[in-house]
Amino acid sequence: MTTARRWRIARLMAAKDLRIEWHSKVLVNQVLPFAGVTMVMFAFALDATNVLERVAPGLIWLATLFSLLLLVQRSFAVEGDDGALDALRVAGVDPIAIFWGKSLALAAQLAVLEIALVIAAVLLYGADLPLGGVVLLVTTLVAATCGLACVGTLYGGLTAGFSGRETLLPLLVLPVVAPVLIGATRAVESALGTGGVALSEGWPWIGLLAVFAVAFAVGGALAFGPLIEESN
Amino acid sequence: MTTTSSTPTDQTAVDTSSVRRRGTGTAATRALGIATVVTMAWLIAFGLAFSPADRDQEDAVRILYVHVPTVWLAYLAFVVTAACSASYLFTKKHSLGFDRFAGASAEIGVVFMALTLATGMLWGRITWGHYWQWDARLTTTALLFVSYVGYLAVRGLGGSHHQRAKRSAIVGLLAVIEIPLVHFSVEMWRSLHQNASVTDPTKDVKIDGLMLFSLFVGVVAFTLLYVWLLLHRSRALAMQDQIDDRGLDLALEARRIEGTT
Repeated sequence: MTTARRWRIARLMAAKDLRIEWHSKVLVNQVLPFAGVTMVMFAFALDATNVLERVAPGLIWLATLFSLLLLVQRSFAVEGDDGALDALRVAGVDPIAIFWGKSLALAAQLAVLEIALVIAAVLLYGADLPLGGVVLLVTTLVAATCGLACVGTLYGGLTAGFSGRETLLPLLVLPVVAPVLIGATRAVESALGTGGVALSEGWPWIGLLAVFAVAFAVGGALAFGPLIEESN
Repeated sequence: MTTTSSTPTDQTAVDTSSVRRRGTGTAATRALGIATVVTMAWLIAFGLAFSPADRDQEDAVRILYVHVPTVWLAYLAFVVTAACSASYLFTKKHSLGFDRFAGASAEIGVVFMALTLATGMLWGRITWGHYWQWDARLTTTALLFVSYVGYLAVRGLGGSHHQRAKRSAIVGLLAVIEIPLVHFSVEMWRSLHQNASVTDPTKDVKIDGLMLFSLFVGVVAFTLLYVWLLLHRSRALAMQDQIDDRGLDLALEARRIEGTT
């Protein structure tokens, strides 16, 4: 199958997932409020204003990871209803295209979520957003989102169709995305200038996030086909 | 109909009787078991009695005779899991034997890694004054431990034997992508933001000859224990698979009888 054709199918898959989201509004009505509540809860737990400002980048990414789990569950719950994933497989849709498509849709939703969380951190925790840090911040968001979306889709596909998937998914995903949590937090710290971290210190982490995203985009695409073939 | 339906039950009856007679032990594993017990006794003698106490760490140093062998074995076990996963996926035969070795090895690896973390924390409390340091090596080890607990959970998801084998082999191989990334990121995190708070235990430490020998005995003893456990556990897993198959055969049989009557 040519890459162009794969991309076309991937775009169709992504558009389908986003259309479902557009109609069901799960991201807007459930996941975003959940992320917001998490940010408020963090503030209750770490009750001191300067502490919150100091740890704001880490909390943004923690809230992102928790919400990622919800989005992945949702992404595959949609496929599980009416055996949609089986139907796609039986129809001979290329699994790599399914993987790319679902990752794209997940990445789009994650991006919305992350922007909302950054705004929440600025509003609630008093984090500064210097103009010079915007480029680094946006690059971090893009690189981290790609990695998270690929890992989420991969492990979501693995656990789809099994009872107990809600509990297994966090156990599998969280250790794998630990490098993203570390790298993205440090990069956002330098973008926001948290604790006087220099802007230049953030860029090496982008390298790590990019390697992570590429590794799981390739590894995930190769593994996804065999995984969903055997899922039922 | 009666002749065809009687075959599976006869087959399983033969299987179970042979299993009952055989157990998971053979002459080779028995010899290996005895060798393990003997070297363990050696380790106890050398570790607790013959080897001297350390100048700085005093008797706490003796924890290392367990700590170092267990961490070496945990890593060996995970390498075996990855190798067996690859062998299962990439050989034409897709032998379930590889899958059982991968599973058995991961189980043993998780146990040894838990022992490593436990002994390491005890040693850390005595030597550093803290159970835990967010040092690169410790953090990677902890994440590795959790990842393999996840791998074992994936093995328990159910489905046919080959479904389990394929799924867990893929997860086992994904760990090969994951571990270097985790290790690298944690390493980078600690080196950029904090000077190593933990002095490297291997740095400018002259190891006494007898201590080194005790450590060597420990590695040999625990390696023998690993091989012994691996053989028994993989055979036990094979039997578990046989029992599952037998249950399936009996269920099919019951349906078949239901259908004919």
